[in-house]
Amino acid sequence: MRIDCQHVWEYISAYIDGEVEAELRAEIDRHLETCEICCAVLDSTRNVVVLLADDRVFELPTGFTERLHARLDQELALKE
Amino acid sequence: MTPKTSNPEQDAALIGRILAGEKHLFHELILPCERSIYFLLFSLLRNEAEAEDAAQETAIKVYRNLHLFRGDSQFRTWVLSIARNEGLGRLRKAETRREDSLDALMDSEAGDFTPAVLTSWREVPVEALERGELGALLRKAIEGLPEIYRNVVLLRDIEEMDVRETAAALGIAEGAVKVRLHRARALLQRELAPKLKGFTPRRGKLFGWAK
Repeated sequence: MRIDCQHVWEYISAYIDGEVEAELRAEIDRHLETCEICCAVLDSTRNVVVLLADDRVFELPTGFTERLHARLDQELALKE
Repeated sequence: MTPKTSNPEQDAALIGRILAGEKHLFHELILPCERSIYFLLFSLLRNEAEAEDAAQETAIKVYRNLHLFRGDSQFRTWVLSIARNEGLGRLRKAETRREDSLDALMDSEAGDFTPAVLTSWREVPVEALERGELGALLRKAIEGLPEIYRNVVLLRDIEEMDVRETAAALGIAEGAVKVRLHRARALLQRELAPKLKGFTPRRGKLFGWAK
């Protein structure tokens, strides 16, 4: 079975998460060896995933934790 | 840095002590969930102040209902379902969005999921990341995603929850999580790749970072 670019793109996400079956994975790997475009799509998608997980990209608002715990202190001080 | 995952045994022990009277330990219990609560609510409400207020309400509801937690899911999953209800309740009240517009979008084939075919952005531009410019671009791209994709990418890729936990927190099937995550990533790649190619890293290739 030879797979085309369109086919590879359908599995990019599952491929990154390691959820592609061995046989298909081997096919995709073979395709990637010779396809510069799919390699670039894979790399850039993977980079998006790497960036999203970086805590510097998504930070809580300044003082969020302090305000949350101050509000919880009020709640915790209430009698049951 | 706050850990992104919590330990079920530790959570169970803490909950037991809190319910037995050591109320102050609730601060410690909720701390690892704070980011996920806030970002889930921000993804629903799209407003920082509103998301923060809803996050505080969520934490209080979690505290008041702690005796109802049965331990048949992870603590954070349970917390996030409370956060989701809080967020959806606010949306309904504000009527900022018609509910049927969400259903109409539900896993339809609408949208172009073809990737941006660029060979020039292959590396993570670390310096732009450190300057915060990249963060702004990414946040904007996430905000531009349709709701059903935004929630999934937020929990899976930003908070690094697994498929099962994400499905449970959002009340959807695991298959739907995978399909939506794939589409969300494709939309983000398409949106971001042309913009990010402008950031050329000065240091060597950092592709080795990827898991």
